[in-house]
Amino acid sequence: MDKFFLYLSIILTVIIFMPLYRVVAGPTLYDRILGAGAIATKTMILILMIGLAFKRLDMFIDITLAYAILNFIGTIAIAKYLDTRGPH
Amino acid sequence: MNLLMIAAVILVSAGAFFLFIGSLGLIRLPDFYSRSHATGKSDTLGVMLVIFGLAFTQGLSINTAKLLMIMGFVAFTNPTATNALAGAALRFRLTPWFRQDKNNREH
Repeated sequence: MDKFFLYLSIILTVIIFMPLYRVVAGPTLYDRILGAGAIATKTMILILMIGLAFKRLDMFIDITLAYAILNFIGTIAIAKYLDTRGPH
Repeated sequence: MNLLMIAAVILVSAGAFFLFIGSLGLIRLPDFYSRSHATGKSDTLGVMLVIFGLAFTQGLSINTAKLLMIMGFVAFTNPTATNALAGAALRFRLTPWFRQDKNNREH
């Protein structure tokens, strides 16, 4: 069971690196923000896998919740800023 | 390996599959709106499935309640963030991609 989650976290690391292409080579600014948000969403799952590997899931769940709130507030703040000022 | 662990493995594997589909759509699709369509729905479903599967491994404890709370939080906030970003892009006239203007993709 622990070995399954360990292998899954390795696969998840590969999946996390895939939107980094969109962050680096995105044609518009919105594509870069979308890729950064996708990376942060998948990193939440990776933090939970680290908690399972360390057998301290109760602590890492709180870290995951704080990370989710930070990701949401960051994306909403950038979207509201682009709403008033525009991308230029 | 009892029944709960089998259910957890199936749910977490399905969630990882949907996360992979979301990342693939973010790379392969042609413009910003279709990319936000891919990552706004597939990532939400994938994260919800993985966290729901992890809740099966914890028995009936405070960790299960907190995991279900994170699942509900992600279900509300991830489509909201994608919608706000797409609305900001639409309000500043980022044109969608059509098939007839193939050489006009770089906006």
